[in-house]
Amino acid sequence: MIVGDSKPLEEILEMIEGKDKVLVLGCRGCVTVCNVGGEKEVGILATALRIARKKRGLPTSIEERTLERQCDPEYIEELAEAAEGYDAIVSIACGVGPQFVAERFPKVRVFPGINTTFIGGALEHGVWSERCQSCGNCLVHNFGGLCPIARCSKSLMNGPCGGSANKKCEISPEVDCVWHLIVEKMAEMGRLEELERVWPVKNWITSRDGGPRRRVREDLKQ
Amino acid sequence: MKAGSNLEKVLAAGHFAVTGELGPPRGNNAEEVRHKAHYLKGIVDSVNITDNQTAVVRMASWAACKILIDEGLEPNYQMVCRDRNRIALMSDILGATALGIKNVLCLSGDHQRFGDHPEGKNVYDLDSVQLISIFKKMRDEGKFLNDKELDGAPGIFIGAAANPFADPFTWRAVRMGKKIAAGADFIQTQCIYNLPKFREFMKMAVDRGLHEKCAILAGITPLKSVGMAKYMAKFVPGMDVPEELVKRLQGVDKKAQGDEGIKIAIEMIQEIRETIPGVAGVHVMAIEWEHRAKEIVEGAGLLPRPVVD
Repeated sequence: MIVGDSKPLEEILEMIEGKDKVLVLGCRGCVTVCNVGGEKEVGILATALRIARKKRGLPTSIEERTLERQCDPEYIEELAEAAEGYDAIVSIACGVGPQFVAERFPKVRVFPGINTTFIGGALEHGVWSERCQSCGNCLVHNFGGLCPIARCSKSLMNGPCGGSANKKCEISPEVDCVWHLIVEKMAEMGRLEELERVWPVKNWITSRDGGPRRRVREDLKQ
Repeated sequence: MKAGSNLEKVLAAGHFAVTGELGPPRGNNAEEVRHKAHYLKGIVDSVNITDNQTAVVRMASWAACKILIDEGLEPNYQMVCRDRNRIALMSDILGATALGIKNVLCLSGDHQRFGDHPEGKNVYDLDSVQLISIFKKMRDEGKFLNDKELDGAPGIFIGAAANPFADPFTWRAVRMGKKIAAGADFIQTQCIYNLPKFREFMKMAVDRGLHEKCAILAGITPLKSVGMAKYMAKFVPGMDVPEELVKRLQGVDKKAQGDEGIKIAIEMIQEIRETIPGVAGVHVMAIEWEHRAKEIVEGAGLLPRPVVD
């Protein structure tokens, strides 16, 4: 899923300064799963904004709404009648949400209420880890099911580098050295010899480096 | 000869090679480079010029290399993959060799989070193993990575680093082997303090026949003080400083710790040379202590340096 972090309340308050009627807009997709932008978090943020604005003697009209998804125009359309009634919409979807909302309703000021951080998964309740960099050419099966592109700080294809110590990355004792894990896993699987291959340079054209990406599926287009 | 560098000639003639290291200044102070260089002249066969080491911005490595050439020393141009993509790396090696640089050391590079601009974006388009293979292709086939012909192929003696003390230990010789398979002509290791572990590493390398395909130079950095030893042990990732060395330094007067560190370095070189098979030379990294490199090399009985035509 796409994982995000809430923006500090103060930052959001600054964004909506001078805007009387505000909508906090959630999304039932990834951000609901990672507990940062679903219906529950919409309620929490709206309440916090009301309390903070009340204390400062500011208008407290903060409405709440959560869409099925914010990355799909058909759900954004559900706001068609209401959107222009707001002075500001704070989207707490991933970075796609505020863009889609702003594009559909150009007259309304739209603000991002969360920071989109990475594509990852939950390790335990409340802990997420980055697992994919959407490079556009998945190779994880060659590395024991672990991604060196997303999980090695240097995206090394022929790791581990000389900074790997006690299974941790040189950048922080909090970060696993994925190459240590890869070597261990491949050894367990009896596939260590495969890692002796010199991996040639990666073609980054399928990654963000090739420019903003777009997919057209003729079989799905109407 | 691949490049005809002094280092290559010394190694080809079967001499025990000695390389040194010089860190460029944090500014454009060319005089500082010349000053440090004169301590190393005639003491080492080639001088590594670091490339923004520990991700701290310094004078460009290629420029400091050129200053060394003008001073009559042979540089070894260190290049990291952190700051440049394949376009810039290939372009820089063409420029560097056009200026007369003949040795290159290919590195991944310390992550910028250590450095003085941790907010920067990194590149890592290539890793060090891939960089070696591209430079080999440019030199041996006269072609860019994309197979287009070069107008003048770079004659370069290609180096790589190996850290015998990083983890996982048993994979270290294998990874060095990958660098050699990719085209490394010489290897310089991370600073060695734990000799038994280095011995074990070299045994794995020799068992794989790596010393026959590539010159392996053992990394030596003198410990200046107890403080430095403790710092290296605690804060430098992948550094292994045994407690007994720290104790040995603690055993002497504070003013004499530097001398003791030099003594340790000399003993280490001698022991490596005499008792560890497969080592073709030493890489003496007297960090910010260039003026004491001579004591080490001389003390180890490695002066005068051979002159090879």
